[in-house]
Amino acid sequence: MTATAKLLAPPILSVRFVPVWRRNLLVWRKLAIASVLGNIADPLLYMLALGYGIGALVGEVGGMSYVAFIGTGMVCQSAMFTASFEAMYSAFSRMHVQRTWEGIINAPIALDDVVLAEWLWCGSKAVISTTAILAVIVALGYGHTWLALWVLPVGLLVGLTFGAAGLVMNALAPNYDFFTYFFTLVLTPMLLFSGVYFPVDQMPAWLATAAGFLPLKHAIDLTRPLMLGRVPDAIALHVGVLLFYAALAYYVALVLTRRRLLK
Amino acid sequence: MATAVEHHDVAGRAIDPRDVVLRVSGLRKRYGDLDVVRGLSFAIRRGDCFGLLGPNGAGKTTTLRCCLGLIDPDGGEIEMVGEPVPKAAREARIRVGVVPQMDNLDPDFTVRENLLIYGGYFGLPRPVLEERIPQLLDFAGLAGKRDAGIRTLSGGMKRRLTLARALVNDPELLILDEPTTGLDPQARHLIWDGLRHLMSLGKTILLTTHFMDEAERLATRLAVIDRGVLIASDTPRALLAQHVEPEVIEVYGDEAKAWADIHGRRLAKRLEVAGETAFCYALDAQPMLTDLATRAGVRYLHRPANLEDLFIKLTGRELRD
Repeated sequence: MTATAKLLAPPILSVRFVPVWRRNLLVWRKLAIASVLGNIADPLLYMLALGYGIGALVGEVGGMSYVAFIGTGMVCQSAMFTASFEAMYSAFSRMHVQRTWEGIINAPIALDDVVLAEWLWCGSKAVISTTAILAVIVALGYGHTWLALWVLPVGLLVGLTFGAAGLVMNALAPNYDFFTYFFTLVLTPMLLFSGVYFPVDQMPAWLATAAGFLPLKHAIDLTRPLMLGRVPDAIALHVGVLLFYAALAYYVALVLTRRRLLK
Repeated sequence: MATAVEHHDVAGRAIDPRDVVLRVSGLRKRYGDLDVVRGLSFAIRRGDCFGLLGPNGAGKTTTLRCCLGLIDPDGGEIEMVGEPVPKAAREARIRVGVVPQMDNLDPDFTVRENLLIYGGYFGLPRPVLEERIPQLLDFAGLAGKRDAGIRTLSGGMKRRLTLARALVNDPELLILDEPTTGLDPQARHLIWDGLRHLMSLGKTILLTTHFMDEAERLATRLAVIDRGVLIASDTPRALLAQHVEPEVIEVYGDEAKAWADIHGRRLAKRLEVAGETAFCYALDAQPMLTDLATRAGVRYLHRPANLEDLFIKLTGRELRD
């Protein structure tokens, strides 16, 4: 196989990722309480401040109280941020600063296994933070039926999408500062135009159409009805868009990581 | 599998292929326009401590990365612990331990957890690891640091733990890439003691270094590589006997160069001037010593030739960066 063919080869999926994923879980467990509190505190503050503050001005939005509206947005935002931070800052520490990956690939574990483990770990962290914020929302009385539990797999999809995108950045990053681009160019527009703070149909038609290409918008289109106790419309489309972005970004991240480390 | 190349040791005896733990034949690796490894061949026999020596950029680390299957060579064959690399590199790495050039211990875990987690990467079951870890900690002199964080360890302790970690899978071959770079003399001696102990247990070791005293103390066989090719390979003693005059006088100071030009070149078999020092090589140093004793302003040191002299002779004095 030529060098280029090997670089572009499809991902090797193997259960060898498990010990690497488990390593991250064990580290997380050491700081679990602080980590979960962090997962909850930020979205909760947004939800309360904006929900009650702006909520008093705007009343109902999209057929629900503004607190509930923004709460569902916060679930997706939290999953997105958790996975992005994990894939960029934490993975970069492991790959570049601590050289943990280098140690792992000297053992009988391939780089493909490491990237798969890191990607699934990003998804796992997103599920953890989705669970935490969902528990708070339910405790506040905004999770109406058991359908709300379907938000957890949506959180996983969001985590896999943004985890993979973060791993693309990770593979290209010369240093931590590089990740600022991702926040400014990807995450901020994602937050503002995906319907986290206001319904997408409030925007001009062309902008609303453009928002249809944002993965977070599709996550929110799934999450809002689920939280209200309704089955979402066009599930296949929304899940398909998220899976498409996740798979594409994962493949790009894998190729770029191979290029960076196996030379 | 085709055994294309029959290997011979220096005395011309054929090496039994079953005795070869690592065989590298005609290895080539190029980066862009730069040929980093250009047809390198060597074989390491079971029980050897094989020192791979070479200046910076000679291709040592590239060779190791090829052997581990982390990069694909552009040519040549590698067989490590009986497995073809890179084809079965992962299978080979199950039975190989690696001490990398730069520490990559896991700072999020304690000393013991580092061994436990790393053993997990080899798929070793927990009971096996629980039994092995106390022995490894004893070996590394870290039994008292079992539950200490990595950040609290000294540089020497980290290296010893990295060495212990490389043994967690009880490897057939231990690969060390400049294991004592950056350590103080006490810490280096501890690592050397550890490696000698492993040699006494019959472990096979591949060691890269540019410290000649390290190679002199540990290696049973040496290969000197430069610019990606092998320039000499033998036991340390045989290499010295073959390439370097047995006695050396180093002459220092302002007068050194003048003395070397007038007297040194006449009395020494071979003479090199580097900066303010003249290195004079001879089969018998006595005539030079007699002469030097009469020169009041000249400082000098008389010593036997060592691997550093060999290394400099084979790879030259100019800097490599």
